[in-house]
Amino acid sequence: MTTDVDIATAVSQQFPSVTPRASLDCPAFNVPAADAIPVLQHLRDARGYDFLMDVTAIDWSAEQSPRFTVVWHLYSSAKHAYVRLAANCASDQDPVMPTATGLWPGAGWHERETYDMFGIKFTGHPDLRRILMWDAYPYFPLRKEFPLAGLPTALSDADITEETKTGVISAPMVGGPFVATPGEPMSDAEPRAKDEEWSEQRPKD
Amino acid sequence: MPTDFSFPDAAAKAAGANLPKEFEPEKMSLSMGPSHPSTHGVLRIQFELDGEMVTKADPIVGYLHRGDEKIAENMTYNQFVPYTDRLDYLAPLANNAIYAHAVEQLAGLKVPDRLNAIRVVTSEMARVSAHLMGLGAYGIDVGAWSVFMYCFEEREKLYRLFEKLTGARFTTSYSRVGGVSRDLPAGWLEEVDAFCKQFLPILEEILGLLSRNKIFLDRTVDIGVISRADAIAYGLSGPNLRGSGVPNDLRKDRPYWGYEQYQFDVPVGAKGDCYDRYLCRGEEMKQSISIIQQCVAKFPGGDWYARDARRIFAPPKDKILTSMEELINNFMIVTEGPQMPAGEVYFEGEAPKGLLGFYIVSKGGGVPYRMKIRSPSFCNLSILSKLCVGNLVSDVVSILGSLDFVMGECDR
Repeated sequence: MTTDVDIATAVSQQFPSVTPRASLDCPAFNVPAADAIPVLQHLRDARGYDFLMDVTAIDWSAEQSPRFTVVWHLYSSAKHAYVRLAANCASDQDPVMPTATGLWPGAGWHERETYDMFGIKFTGHPDLRRILMWDAYPYFPLRKEFPLAGLPTALSDADITEETKTGVISAPMVGGPFVATPGEPMSDAEPRAKDEEWSEQRPKD
Repeated sequence: MPTDFSFPDAAAKAAGANLPKEFEPEKMSLSMGPSHPSTHGVLRIQFELDGEMVTKADPIVGYLHRGDEKIAENMTYNQFVPYTDRLDYLAPLANNAIYAHAVEQLAGLKVPDRLNAIRVVTSEMARVSAHLMGLGAYGIDVGAWSVFMYCFEEREKLYRLFEKLTGARFTTSYSRVGGVSRDLPAGWLEEVDAFCKQFLPILEEILGLLSRNKIFLDRTVDIGVISRADAIAYGLSGPNLRGSGVPNDLRKDRPYWGYEQYQFDVPVGAKGDCYDRYLCRGEEMKQSISIIQQCVAKFPGGDWYARDARRIFAPPKDKILTSMEELINNFMIVTEGPQMPAGEVYFEGEAPKGLLGFYIVSKGGGVPYRMKIRSPSFCNLSILSKLCVGNLVSDVVSILGSLDFVMGECDR
């Protein structure tokens, strides 16, 4: 496995605001949001990182600030090496990040997905719509406060809602998925359906 | 005096300008999918058409969105393995193993040679099976029904082998973090070898049905050309990228699972049209068979799971039933999940459709804090809005088939 060991010093010389980021594999950097696009451009044009593999985000939960981190993964087809770039969104309520669609058109769908799942707006994106959920969907499902079962909403089509008098219901969790909850008392940590109330201390009625 | 040839056109334009509004030529809007045979699943494309010519295409994905990344945040690493089957459900053996390798990287776990060889053989078999499916479906798309029948007969033989190995035909859930669910059954490798031997001539026959077929050439050559620059800019991967002449293959460039021990070529296309992508898939199958044969010929013995992974991999069943320590260990792994260090890893592997990547953010413990799945089909489809424009609707069918995507993976 090749890793680009010189890239850290090279980039931090060019951009003093870039700091190294803890990583278990490839070189990783933290950048301020304002410098993200210039650094991406530098990596692409001067360092040979020609592929944008992935754009995503991490929600560090509502208690944390800064709450949202956007993460880019670049790959160099010449060096066969990866590099990871991360930038925190300045605002926790209304997170924004500059778009990379000017550098890679392929960033368009990744950023639409990140907006769809986290509500991070990419400024300058030509077509920032939801992509996996429907356009009128009111929530951002990968935010930490969003429950696993989902939340009831109106159906995407108002005509159908009127006819069927139903909306989107949350997923029935009884009977699965059976998921363990590590870090809790052992009786609560056993694999069981997420919304089952009963445990050894609280027997089933 | 030169003749003014623009006159008739100008007259027509002038006449057109005076037309009442209802006679003005208008663009037609056509929705293809989400249940259309050529969209291979639940892809929908919203077209704007000028006659039969596509002037605008807007792919609409997400009909198969199940929230896999949300689910992953709520269960232990081991529990997520079956969900990876359902990404690219045509090659679950490859998905499982790439996922398991990503988690092993997070854990810093070294796995034995035999396990790596098992993963190579099963992943390459999954690649052949996925490409056979893609090729058969592509044949139907462009009107060659018999190709489909040939492909499915061979795929069925592979599925028999998968069933013998894992107990399931389709969603196999074979890999575990640090191992596989069971060792190879006796005599299985010989059967794989026998399959490879009889498969190569049949593959030649299947490809011979298409490669010089006039109808197939008319439907694919120079259709849906993806330039090298576009393929890179849109982050394409797998045969779709290599069809455009970019020789990127992680099995060669960053060998994992011991791929560096095997001799194989990376086929690339010259033009990047539908025909090149078809040729790449055909050649990739031959290379995969060659890898399988090389691997089977010197299959390593020894452990098929990482023995030192006591806090990650459940102990063997006979140990659980006889040893108190192992029983407790098993209980802890089931309830708490395999214990991982805090940190971030990103691992991509060469799945049949392209680069399948897992970005795992761990805060320690048995559950990932965040898991992003980089799906090749999602990236490969993002080029559609550019690729379809200027083509006929019937060519769009050919383009979709040549991209060979799976919506379960695209929508996650």
